[in-house]
Amino acid sequence: MKFMLLQHYGRVEGDVPPMTEWKPEDVQAHIQFQKDLNAELRERGELVDAQGLAGPDLAKIVLATDGAPSVTDGPFAESKELLAGYRMIDVESEERAIEIAAQSSEGPGFNGVPLRQQIEVRQVMGPPEG
Amino acid sequence: MTPARRARRDVEDLLREAAPRALAAVVRRFGDFADSEDAVQEAMIDAARQWPAEGIPENPVGWLIAVASRRMTDRIRADSARRAREERLAVEPQPGPGAAADDTLALIFMCCRPELSPASAIALTLRAVGGLTTAEIAAAFLVPETTMGRRIARAKRTVAEADEPFGLPAPAERAERLRAALGVLYLIFNEGYAASEGPDLARTELSGEAIRLTRIARLALPEEPEVGGLLALMLLTDARRLARTDKRGELVPLDEQDRSLWDAAAIAEGGRILAEEMAKGAVGSYQLQAAIALAHDRARRAEDTDWAEILALYGLLEGVAPGPMVALNRAVAMAMAEGPEAGLALLAEVEPRLEGHHRVHAVRAHLLELAGDGPGAHTEYSRAAELTASLPEQRYLTRRAARLSAGGA
Repeated sequence: MKFMLLQHYGRVEGDVPPMTEWKPEDVQAHIQFQKDLNAELRERGELVDAQGLAGPDLAKIVLATDGAPSVTDGPFAESKELLAGYRMIDVESEERAIEIAAQSSEGPGFNGVPLRQQIEVRQVMGPPEG
Repeated sequence: MTPARRARRDVEDLLREAAPRALAAVVRRFGDFADSEDAVQEAMIDAARQWPAEGIPENPVGWLIAVASRRMTDRIRADSARRAREERLAVEPQPGPGAAADDTLALIFMCCRPELSPASAIALTLRAVGGLTTAEIAAAFLVPETTMGRRIARAKRTVAEADEPFGLPAPAERAERLRAALGVLYLIFNEGYAASEGPDLARTELSGEAIRLTRIARLALPEEPEVGGLLALMLLTDARRLARTDKRGELVPLDEQDRSLWDAAAIAEGGRILAEEMAKGAVGSYQLQAAIALAHDRARRAEDTDWAEILALYGLLEGVAPGPMVALNRAVAMAMAEGPEAGLALLAEVEPRLEGHHRVHAVRAHLLELAGDGPGAHTEYSRAAELTASLPEQRYLTRRAARLSAGGA
């Protein structure tokens, strides 16, 4: 079964400054953690895709209108709720998806303290069962 | 189809037939499952490239064995630590002909080791026994080829670590291993059967592959009625494939299917196989599920369905293989045989075991609709649609709910 693990901006425990204010080695450690986790999941045959999304400043909200579509630029008031990136995994069970989500939530953050980022786990719709 | 394309298709079919026989011969000769599997895959890639243009060799299996063995020998030569093995090869006998089904079955057992996860066993079986390429398997399961490659490599490592001699499992574990192997074949079948649209088209071939492998397993194990039971179940289910989805790819429930689209030949064959297996006197869950499928397949119109028989079969199935899903299906049969009230009563008994499962709500919706409770059915269809993780099912349940509210029920 496939799951999307979604990471949002902001949804972290405590008061953590944005990544641009971290020490370079903390940033590097965080990036390396994400790469290592992807490599581990690929090696286990579980990784479908993992991507980070360009920042909220590049985000657009599009709405169909009668004439030209209405496009609103970011940033948005609730940019904390915006998606920062995702992992798509193909695993045996929901338990395994939760385990991977917990692992990814523990990634090192500011001053090397685990970020404890909230990870949203969503099952991908598939064909009918049996 | 152009002649070139036909030639390629012929070669592909032939290769799938030949793959397990060649692999079995190479494993027997060299003993190393993981390396042998790689060598046979490489030989198959050579064959797929050469044969359509240069013609199919007189003895395709022999050709694959020769090419794969050459690769194995090259590999062993390159590795001086393994030189001793090379000497052993020289004295080892060549496999005799006629053991094709036994070889395929031995490989199926090898690829369906109980310590492998279902997804790994499926992938390994499709590659090693089914002769599919990693790219084809990856496409069927919508994952990147590298990911599928790693999954297969890990599975091969597990098989290698088990270090089981090539052949059928020891009698003491034969029953458990057979259960595991049949379970994997049925999962492969369902992966294909559940596919209904667009990118899933590659998957429908999985059902055909599962049927082919189960046929071979039955040849090798005629004394095990559950193997034929599973084959009958697959044939009797697959017979309804064309009617199961409409032109837009949406699910069509059994009672609304155009039964003229059902495959009469598959139904006849499935029925014949089932009768042969039932006569052997050891009824198991696959035979009972096949008997239920046959009871549906025999009805010319939905209203001709013998629900009393189906209800009795579900009762037997609960005795052999109890589980909440069987109980749920029995509730439906009960409703059809003895009225929706009886079905709803049975459903209430089952529900605590299936808390929060969308099927409970879908079944209750269906039974409430039968009982004439439109608003109740609408609520339950909507809840089921919210809880399912299947896109075609969600669309079906949503349409069902919408129809009830539009009907002003």
